[in-house]
Amino acid sequence: MKFKSLSIFLIISSFFLTCILSIWKIMATLQGLSFTNLNVTTVFIIGILLFLIFVLIGNKVNHLIKIFLLSFLFSILYFYLNEISPFWYIIGVFLITLFFTNKLKKYSMQSLKEDFISEKIIFDFITLFGIVFFAFVILFPFYIMFVTSFKTQIALLVNPLDFSLDFTRSLTELFKSYFVIFETYNFGRYILISSAVSIGTVIVTLLFAIPAAYAVARLNFFGKNFLSTSILIIYMFPAIVLVIPLYTVFSQLGLRNSIFGLLIVYTATTLPVAIYMLQGYFKSIPREIEDAGIMDGQNWFGIIFKIIIPLSLPAIASVALYVFMIAWNEFLFSLMFLDSPKSFTLSRAIQYLSGDAETPRQYLMAGSVIVTVPVLLIFIYFEKYLVSGLTSGSVKG
Amino acid sequence: MSESLSKLEKRTAYTLVLPAVLLVFAIVLFPIFANIWISFKDIELKDIRIPEPRAKKIVKSISENQSELKIIYKLRNSSLIQEIKNVKFQDKFPRDISPVYLDARCNFKSKKVVCNFGNWQAKYKENFEIIIKNNNGETIDKEIIKSQKPILDGKADNPLLTTNFTLENFKKVFYENNFVELLLTTFYFTFFGTVGAIVFGILAAQLVNQNFQGRTYMRGILLFPYVGPVVALAYTWTLLLDPNSGTLNALLVNFNIIETPINLLGQKYITMSILGIEFKLRLALTTVIFFEIWRYFPLAFLFILARLQAIPQSLYEAADVDGASPIQKFTHITLPQITAIISILFMIRFIWNFNKFEDIFLLTGGASGTRTLPINVYQQGFAVSDIGMGSAVSIVIVMLLLSFMIIYFRLIGKRANEV
Repeated sequence: MKFKSLSIFLIISSFFLTCILSIWKIMATLQGLSFTNLNVTTVFIIGILLFLIFVLIGNKVNHLIKIFLLSFLFSILYFYLNEISPFWYIIGVFLITLFFTNKLKKYSMQSLKEDFISEKIIFDFITLFGIVFFAFVILFPFYIMFVTSFKTQIALLVNPLDFSLDFTRSLTELFKSYFVIFETYNFGRYILISSAVSIGTVIVTLLFAIPAAYAVARLNFFGKNFLSTSILIIYMFPAIVLVIPLYTVFSQLGLRNSIFGLLIVYTATTLPVAIYMLQGYFKSIPREIEDAGIMDGQNWFGIIFKIIIPLSLPAIASVALYVFMIAWNEFLFSLMFLDSPKSFTLSRAIQYLSGDAETPRQYLMAGSVIVTVPVLLIFIYFEKYLVSGLTSGSVKG
Repeated sequence: MSESLSKLEKRTAYTLVLPAVLLVFAIVLFPIFANIWISFKDIELKDIRIPEPRAKKIVKSISENQSELKIIYKLRNSSLIQEIKNVKFQDKFPRDISPVYLDARCNFKSKKVVCNFGNWQAKYKENFEIIIKNNNGETIDKEIIKSQKPILDGKADNPLLTTNFTLENFKKVFYENNFVELLLTTFYFTFFGTVGAIVFGILAAQLVNQNFQGRTYMRGILLFPYVGPVVALAYTWTLLLDPNSGTLNALLVNFNIIETPINLLGQKYITMSILGIEFKLRLALTTVIFFEIWRYFPLAFLFILARLQAIPQSLYEAADVDGASPIQKFTHITLPQITAIISILFMIRFIWNFNKFEDIFLLTGGASGTRTLPINVYQQGFAVSDIGMGSAVSIVIVMLLLSFMIIYFRLIGKRANEV
């Protein structure tokens, strides 16, 4: 039994250490180091050695001294068995091993006798490795997008794996792609259009949604139940089935290529979810406060403006951010309705850029960075509001 | 008294709700019904322009002192297929100018030339001339004559509003469009994309629900793919997966894991052999599904995490006392607590994945076996320019969606209110 759990521990811990070191090696390769072999088997075997010594020593030595010594030995061994590598790379290996062994503090020969230890080992490692894995898979494309925008065409052709940034170049050289897309491809204009459309959508949506949500939440009228259920059903209908009729009607009305047309469509498509989110919040406001307002002789308009809106600012903020995000990221309608570069939004402009096979990829990525960064910044800064918006908006995708 | 108050309440309610309802009706509900109309018409992209009579004015001098000018109007019907009825023409001239020669269809009255051209066939073209002179024999300023634009007017049927219907579009959708494959691809994409997103969502939520440093940051990072703009993310992935110079292929070749780059987004099938059994995998479709999972598991993660955090800790403590293993704790405590949210997520994601257009369009454009129903709407309507056919595919989508929703409300609609 003990042998079984020991071997499971060794194999699993060594396996995960190998995975993490491989990720490190890949990242190092992308900094221009010329590795050609992941050395998985070698790392795996010395990993098993490392963890064998680790559990054998157990609690006999101070934990910190133990992990320092072991990681140091491991790094030296790794250095000799691996391809020629610079000092900073080995330091990285050392730190990773240190971090990894530190997480295994509770494992010793004694602890391996516990109940269900093999299951616990697997769960523990999946947790530890899972976080690294998810972070890597999510951030890697963003990282590539970001660094590609700072590379030059030639550098990318010479070595497509070298993403190291050369800071010895002048700043104008480094930011060349950004200068080009602003000067040659008019991205300044597109940023303005995108902002105008998104902010306009937020304002108009709120103007329509707050009164409607208030009525649905508080007032009694014929067709109320029907309205509140149909809100969600309407929201489930996808943009793609609206596109052809809207396209034909907009063409005949001359609303294509107009920002106004886009604004109407965005507002109408986000209204149902905005009403749904707001009425949920309005219902949670105690009725007594409004009754007090009615006693003071306020009309409905006054109640909405003086009582409801100030009380539900957080909900309104999350609706506003959520609607902004949808409008900023929207692509299908801007693809359909805009075909003159004069009225492109950012998303449409990037798609237009990519349509030309000659466009160098770093320009495309610079454009992508420009469209992504505002949303991510807003998201990071207002995460609390946006997450509550996402959970109550729930269905949009 | 109370009756009038409830009347007032009703009236207020309608004024508050009406603007939003009207807007949604015009932009969302109306198109859904308009689709039914269009899908029964044989109509193409070029037909949706309402035909209009057009004239281009060319001014030529024919006398020495420019007291006489010839004006040529290049008249045409803008439509290639439709007739314009009862075309009327009108052009204004400055004072002291009168026509020397005038077509029989026209007359000159109070400085205006007015003509009645009758009906114009489709593709109709004519060079219509008049000669004018200055009554005083002075020079006529060409620019002034040129700057006055003629006004044309005619009646044409709006091709969208005619009442000739056909079943041709639906016949084409079901018989000439590889309908079965289209449906299968859509279902593969929808089903595996949904299941994958939920599985990864559960996994990520399990991880983040543990105590570790930087947990709040991790939650934020995990949502990045969901909040980022599709265009940017799709192009980044296309770049990563590119067979010629994409990072992923370059890495795999560099570390000798594969010999030649794989065209992950451009290859329809790849032959794999597992345990000696060879089978074909839909490669491009699989890649697109993985992108879909990557982009949408955060939503599942967010919901499941919220649910996990609401599970009372005492349940787990009690299980510890009973000596339950981690797997038992997961299957007996965690899973039953999250099945409700998972079933709701499954339906919602299923419907949204079923409608997904942008992601596939940007990654493959629907090539290499990734043609789903929404992609087909675009291809038919705008690439092939057959609007009627595109609408017919839209109708198929709406019908399938409605049936999903009916199933949804029958099965778990009641449960939705509990969460």
